[in-house]
Amino acid sequence: MIEVKDIYKTFGENEVLKGISAKFTAGKNNLIIGGSGSGKTTLLKCIVGLHDPTKGQVFFNDENFTEMDFTQRVPIRTEIGMLFQNSALFDSMTVEENIMFPLNLFTKQSKEEKLERANFCLERVNLAGKNKLYPSELSGGMKKRVGIARAISMQPKYLFVDEPNSGLDPKTSILIDELINELTEEYKITTVIVTHDMNSVMGIGDHIVFLHEGKKWWEGSNHEIAHTDNKELNSFVFASKFMQAAKEKL
Amino acid sequence: MFHSLGKYILLLHLSFRKPEKFKVYWAEVMREMVSVGIGSLGIISIISLFIGAATTIQVAFQLSSPLVPRSIAGSIARDSTILEFSPTISSLVLAGRVGSSIASQIGTMRVTEQIDALEIMGVNAPGYLIAPKIIAGMTMVPLLVIASIALGITGGWIACLVSGDVSPADYIAGVHSDFEGLTVRVALVKAVVFGFIIASICAYQGFYTSGGALEVGQSATKGVVYSCVMILFADLVITRLML
Repeated sequence: MIEVKDIYKTFGENEVLKGISAKFTAGKNNLIIGGSGSGKTTLLKCIVGLHDPTKGQVFFNDENFTEMDFTQRVPIRTEIGMLFQNSALFDSMTVEENIMFPLNLFTKQSKEEKLERANFCLERVNLAGKNKLYPSELSGGMKKRVGIARAISMQPKYLFVDEPNSGLDPKTSILIDELINELTEEYKITTVIVTHDMNSVMGIGDHIVFLHEGKKWWEGSNHEIAHTDNKELNSFVFASKFMQAAKEKL
Repeated sequence: MFHSLGKYILLLHLSFRKPEKFKVYWAEVMREMVSVGIGSLGIISIISLFIGAATTIQVAFQLSSPLVPRSIAGSIARDSTILEFSPTISSLVLAGRVGSSIASQIGTMRVTEQIDALEIMGVNAPGYLIAPKIIAGMTMVPLLVIASIALGITGGWIACLVSGDVSPADYIAGVHSDFEGLTVRVALVKAVVFGFIIASICAYQGFYTSGGALEVGQSATKGVVYSCVMILFADLVITRLML
C-alpha cells in the first residue's frame, strides 16, 4: 500500500499541492483525476520521488520514502514500474533492449533468462516479435505498450501511469486501460493512474482521488462518482454532453 | 554564477558515484569512445592537414631572408602544430561536433522524460549518462590530438612538396631539429583537460535543460560557447604553467 500524508509542493511562489493525504490500495486501480493544473502529475512525481515534497511524507508499505536518500531508495525503486505520458522509451535502444535495460542493471539473470523475460513481457502486451524495432518505428499505442512491458519487466509491486490515454484513439485507449487493469489484478500491483479520461474513470476506477486547485476535493469509487453532489467533481466529470446523457441513464 | 558552479560540481560528484553494474557502464564507455574518437577522426584529419599546410606556407613566406635557414619553417610549423594548433583548434572543433551532440542528446532525454525513467528505475542518471562521456572525452581527445599532430606535420610536408616554397628535405630536417619532448607533454595535458571541459560542460547544459525543442537547441549552443571559452582560458593557464 502507498500512503501520502499532508503533501505540499511549491515551485517558487506557486503552491501546486496544498496538503494532500490519501491511501492507494494494493491490487486496485487508484486513479488521480482533476482538471489541467490541478496538481495530478506533481502529486505522482512527489510519490515516485522525482519531486521532493516541500512538506509531507510518502510511505511505501509503511516505509518513509521521503526521508530516504538515493541509495536507500534503490530497493523500493526496483519495485516500481512507471509508464510516462510520452512513454519515455530510450530511443537509442531497440524495444528488446528497452525492456531488458532494468534487468541488465539490477538482476543477475543470464542473457537467455533476460531475453525470455523480455519476450514474455512483449507477449503480455500483444507485441510479440517486435523485439528489434526502435521506438521511432512504433505507433503511439505501441510505444505505450512497450512502456508497459518495460514497467512490468522487473515484476513491480507498484505501477505508476501518467496519462495513459493521451494522444491515443478511443479504441486503443480502452485496450491500454484493459491491459493495465488485467496486470493490476493478475499481479496484485498497487497501480496509481493519473488521468482525465472519463472512459478510464468509469471503466477501471476502483478508487478515485479528485484534485481541485491543489487539494483533495473528493475520494471514492467509479460507482459512487455518478451519484455525488460535489459541485466541482460534477462539473469536471460531466462536462461533456455525452457524459451528461450517460448520467441521466444511470 | 556561483549557483551554477555549485550545481556543476555536484553533478560531477554524482556522475562518479559507484555504478550499479560495472559491465553495463563499461559498455557505455566503449560506445562513447567510438562515437567521440572514430566519429571525429574525419573532421580532425581534414582540419589538421589544411592547418599544417597553411602554417608551413605562412612561415616560409614570413622567413624569406637568406640569413635564415629554410629548415626553420619545419621546426616552427612543428612546434606551432604540437603546442597550439592540434590541441586547441582540434578541441574547439570537437566542442562543436562532440559537445553539441552531448548537450542535445542529454537535453532531449531530459525533455522527453527518459532521464526521469532512469531515475524511477533506481539508476544514477548522471553516472550512467555523463561519466562515460567524460571518460571518453578524456581518453579519445588526446588520441585525436596525437593523430592531428601527425597529420598537421604531414600537411606541412605536402604543402612544401606542392608549393616548392621550402624543399621537403629542408622541411623534414627542420621537423627533426631541436625537438623537445616537453611540447608533446604539454599538448597531451591540454588534450586531457579540453576533453574533460567539452564533455562535462556540455553534459551539464544538457542535463539541466527544461522545456522543449527550443531549449534543447539553446542548451547545445550554450554548451559549445561555454566550453570554447573555457578551452581558451585553460589553454592560457596550462601554457603559462608548463612552459
